[in-house]
Amino acid sequence: MFDVRPVETDYVRHRAAQFRAQVDRRLDGSLTEDEFRPLRLMNGVYLQLHAYMLRVAIPYGTISPDQMRMLAHLAETYDKGYGHWTTRQNIQFNWPRLVDIPDMLDKLASVGMHAIQTSGNTIRNVTTDAFAGAAADEWMDPRPYAELLRSWSTDHAEFQFLPRKFKIAISGAQRDRALVAAHDIGLRLIQKDGRTGFEVWVGGGLGRTPMLGKVIRDFLPEADLLAYIEAIIATYNLSGRRDNKYKARIKITVHERGLEVFKAEVEEEFANRRRDFHGADREALAIFRDRFAAPAFRNAATDGFEAERVKNGAFRSWTDTNLHPHKIEGYASVIVTFKTHGETPGDASADQMRLLADLADRYGHADLRVSHDQNVVLPHVHKSDLPAVYAALQKAGLAVANAGLTSDIIACPGMDYCTLATARSIPIAQDIATHFKEAGLEDEIGKLNIRISGCINACGHHHLGHIGILGLDRAGVENYQITLGGDGYDIPAIGERAGAGFPAEEVVPAIDRLLRAYLDLRADASERFIDAYRRLGPAPFKAALYPEPAHA
Amino acid sequence: MSKAFAPTAAKPGVITANDLREGHNLWMCEDGWTADPAQATLFEDEAIADLALLKAVGQSHLVVGPYIVEARRGPNGPEPTHFREAFRQRGPSNYFHGIQTLKQPTQQTEARNV
Repeated sequence: MFDVRPVETDYVRHRAAQFRAQVDRRLDGSLTEDEFRPLRLMNGVYLQLHAYMLRVAIPYGTISPDQMRMLAHLAETYDKGYGHWTTRQNIQFNWPRLVDIPDMLDKLASVGMHAIQTSGNTIRNVTTDAFAGAAADEWMDPRPYAELLRSWSTDHAEFQFLPRKFKIAISGAQRDRALVAAHDIGLRLIQKDGRTGFEVWVGGGLGRTPMLGKVIRDFLPEADLLAYIEAIIATYNLSGRRDNKYKARIKITVHERGLEVFKAEVEEEFANRRRDFHGADREALAIFRDRFAAPAFRNAATDGFEAERVKNGAFRSWTDTNLHPHKIEGYASVIVTFKTHGETPGDASADQMRLLADLADRYGHADLRVSHDQNVVLPHVHKSDLPAVYAALQKAGLAVANAGLTSDIIACPGMDYCTLATARSIPIAQDIATHFKEAGLEDEIGKLNIRISGCINACGHHHLGHIGILGLDRAGVENYQITLGGDGYDIPAIGERAGAGFPAEEVVPAIDRLLRAYLDLRADASERFIDAYRRLGPAPFKAALYPEPAHA
Repeated sequence: MSKAFAPTAAKPGVITANDLREGHNLWMCEDGWTADPAQATLFEDEAIADLALLKAVGQSHLVVGPYIVEARRGPNGPEPTHFREAFRQRGPSNYFHGIQTLKQPTQQTEARNV
């Protein structure tokens, strides 16, 4: 049954102290590694290819400037001066020492942060639209509900040992930017007959068996959110497969049992569970709504912004690509891409984190978001402040005008860090970004989502890329499969494999052929790669990837 | 502990793990554990390697996740045969971090005799 923790910071501190004692017991030999592993995983501590890794939760990607400064402090003090934004709106530190992690968790707790449920077969970080509370096309801020789900799911006793990990995404805008269809549960805030509720999706996910979710409820009154979600997960907890790790996600449960059977079980469970919710969740939601109240937006002229656009071509270009429409006139959301050509996608230095914190304090109503595409968003910036924000970002190498373009690549850490990986992702992303910049084609190509994963677990969302790249180990050599036609947004789709994989050194030439073919094939410059692919089908694009060998 | 590979004279192997406290990669050597893979003991006999692996598992107060993996004899010591192990021995390709930064290639961790 749901209850609101009155002083959650105390709980987080308590958990950090608990973990310190667990680490002590591991080091003094009281705990074996087999006993310790589940305990460290419950606190986001993995052992990766070269070192431990600590994954810190950034609930629904929302982070305050002070919290961002703490991440910078941790990066400098305990890591190698940087952190890595993940595709689930979290941050990973790649080099902490086990003996330092208790101190890191204490410091995180001091700013209300933690690493709880960033691993393990539990309900993971609830994710949402990076522009939540700001987007022009949003009709309701989903974050109070995201916070309700986070609060409810944290340490939920029944759901600590699910068959497999469990991911929930929630969206409140017309355009789904939270990848609702690709989550175990996806929620879209909707209105029906004047009532607020959710379209509830279930059974989506990527990984080795990619599936788009199915609508299990086309309208769930918002007051029933927790009871219904609890019913879904309780049903899955009992009927999900525990005999085979690769068939343990809810997508397989729904697929094997059939949506109607699964739904009937959920509805029965819902009817029972609903009686246990006596209003504490409603009270909590009211508190969370206050917490996420819109900031005091100001009304000011935007002449300076327009004038700067006229006189500064680089600024104009950046504002063309890296701004997102805001619901308040005179405002914009700024996308700060961590995709500088040739750099590692999603890596942020401590100095860059501090700069973002300062900019958020000074120009951004003290609000920052980590986006699932490994960028950072300043959701609320008045346009008159954009020249100053741009100048500061430019000085730090963060004013690259590439949001949504070829080089704005999602890439998992791959075999440069991840112990599960079968090939590297980062060098492929670096090479693609650098190549198309040097070829001068990035602006001409326009909007394009390239997604790279270093194994079939698909942390790099390759299935959802217009162009997806999957790194595999083929007889001891890195090899890359290309998928085409995936989309996480407007028309959710799983990309289709184009053909045989390419050795690492042939990936960039293959993508080059593909995109040059697209430029020849598109109806006009406004037709994106994905639109041209949908209009023409895969054949001409496959032909570009796999040209007929010339006959002598 | 995982034992997917059985070394032979034709296909020898090394035992590798991570340092419990620090996390970095280690290889079993004559004197204990070393951060320099070229100093690793090359096992050519399955039974001897199994025994050494059992000892490594018994040192869980020092190391995490020991396993045997194929290696080949190189001019300066054992060399990896698979790119995954090559990356473990070098470090990530995007930064000069990890094993590749070690200034003294023969650096060994403090006495940790098997």
